[in-house]
Amino acid sequence: MTAKRRQIWVFGDYRNYFQNRVTLQLLSRATDLARKIDAEVCAVVFGDKVDEWVGEYIAHGAEKIYRTDHPRLAAYGVETYTLLMERLVKREKPEIVLVGATAFGREFAPRLAKRLVTGLTADCIGLDINGEGLLVQMAPSFGGNLVAEIVTPERRPQMATVRPGTFQEIPHDYARTGEVVDVPMPRDLPADRVRLVQSERCPQRDQKLEDAKVVVCGGRGLGSKKKFAKLFELAELLGGEVGATRPAVYADWADHNALVGQAGKQIRPQILFCFGISGAIQFTAACNGAKFVIAVNKNPNAAMMKRADVAIVADASQFCAALIQEFKKRFRS
Amino acid sequence: MLKLVVCIKQVPMVSELPWDPKTGNLQRDLAEGMMNPACRSALDAALRIKEAVGGEITAITMGPPMAEEVLREAIALGADRGVLLTDRKMAGADTSVTSHVLARAIEKNCPGFDLVLCGLATSDSETAQVGPQLAEELDIPGVTYVDELEIRDRTVRMQRIADYFLETLEMDLPGLVTVMAGRHAPRYVPLGGLQAAFAEADIVSLDAAAIGIDPERIGAKGSATKILNVFSPTEGKENIVLTGAPKRIVEQLFERFDDRIGSALGRDLKTDKRSS
Repeated sequence: MTAKRRQIWVFGDYRNYFQNRVTLQLLSRATDLARKIDAEVCAVVFGDKVDEWVGEYIAHGAEKIYRTDHPRLAAYGVETYTLLMERLVKREKPEIVLVGATAFGREFAPRLAKRLVTGLTADCIGLDINGEGLLVQMAPSFGGNLVAEIVTPERRPQMATVRPGTFQEIPHDYARTGEVVDVPMPRDLPADRVRLVQSERCPQRDQKLEDAKVVVCGGRGLGSKKKFAKLFELAELLGGEVGATRPAVYADWADHNALVGQAGKQIRPQILFCFGISGAIQFTAACNGAKFVIAVNKNPNAAMMKRADVAIVADASQFCAALIQEFKKRFRS
Repeated sequence: MLKLVVCIKQVPMVSELPWDPKTGNLQRDLAEGMMNPACRSALDAALRIKEAVGGEITAITMGPPMAEEVLREAIALGADRGVLLTDRKMAGADTSVTSHVLARAIEKNCPGFDLVLCGLATSDSETAQVGPQLAEELDIPGVTYVDELEIRDRTVRMQRIADYFLETLEMDLPGLVTVMAGRHAPRYVPLGGLQAAFAEADIVSLDAAAIGIDPERIGAKGSATKILNVFSPTEGKENIVLTGAPKRIVEQLFERFDDRIGSALGRDLKTDKRSS
């Protein structure tokens, strides 16, 4: 008999739209990682009537699904889910277990790791396989101003929670097939010691800024509401969104919904323009995921300028106007 | 009387963190310490329980000897006693080991505890893992992301918002909660607080041997995770600086980066002149 293939597991977190998207993102990344260590991509789905998710996860790359489908699992319960997962991991011995860093994931994964006596890295912003075949878990600290590369050399499974939006989901393909393994509900399950009395869905905030590929951000250095307003023109031209630092929001140049920062939104655009932003940690912590950063500031020593791919020493408002002109010209041609 | 335990971490004062202007790196050794904001909320929640129904609060911290400062601060604000866990052997612990040490210290110093309160996460490492793992170690139920809580007849009733659900939860004591940062009004040190904190503070300092834990299981040595490397995410960025008149800079920008900007925008930005 051939040895069992190694497995990479993704916890199927599906309670709301955004949680489910993290699961899809993890399946995408797990597929890349699996190629490097010749592993099988598996998803674990607990709940009541979960066929929809089982089908979706196969369509997004899962080769195998471990499923426990039972009315008692209708509501997420951290103790029950931890126990089910603990037993399943001990039985199947996956190499890697990935969990979305949702509120539930960040409560569930630490308890699971503790029971399995293994390591866990929180809220990763990158995952890779190194030369020794170990999972390299990239974890932010100090609001993402530092990144630590962490491994779990000996203990198994290697576990990480991963920040939503870190990876791109792959397009679904409902022609794909996968194996579904039904895991029966244990009979000796103790009652959850935490009781859910009431649960209601909060209105979901719009995620336009968080999901935007192009973000144009402005700060105090722009000088006035009128000058800040130019950013909307640029953003519209580029099909992007406008973000603002806390001073800009406090000055009422932008709506509170546009606040990017520790107390506001986390963004990770393909391109980020920063106009008149000094680069306080509360701001930079929320945009470390930006791929290409262009900062404009009169002060070449502003922290934001040091962190940018391109630092433009100029009056932010004048430069913005020149940039709008140039984009218009190029879009016409 | 309710026995409350508040776990507190001293973290560097982020707003005043000294940055290396060349590398953008943090000069951690120069930073001043402060009580982690979410731990302050946990302490505040414990103080409100004490004010409402009575109770005895033990503040506990693990860290270098200077971490005693946050215990004195907690006592000044109304905690009854402090426990400092300090030992060079404990340094470099991951969350699993940290929760192991805290659990053994709580069992030893606070037998018969009713409720353990932690901050949701710390501002320096932000793992949010110690609370849930401490609940595992103590074999008690736990709830994270707690906004509001009240205790009635040995049951804690809590509200939280997690993953876009507004939830009301109940948990029997003993149990553990992690409290969101910012859920507290500013508190002032009451009359007598300073005296309590400095003249007659009830603070014990314990090392690994005093807690009775296996030195092989603590610190960096006992941790399942290993840090390979720490870097600034801006490292390796070229940080090209462009200066001059705005129009001239715009020209330079597109000369050098039209491909990168174009691919980010999903459009071809090449002018006819260049593409022909």
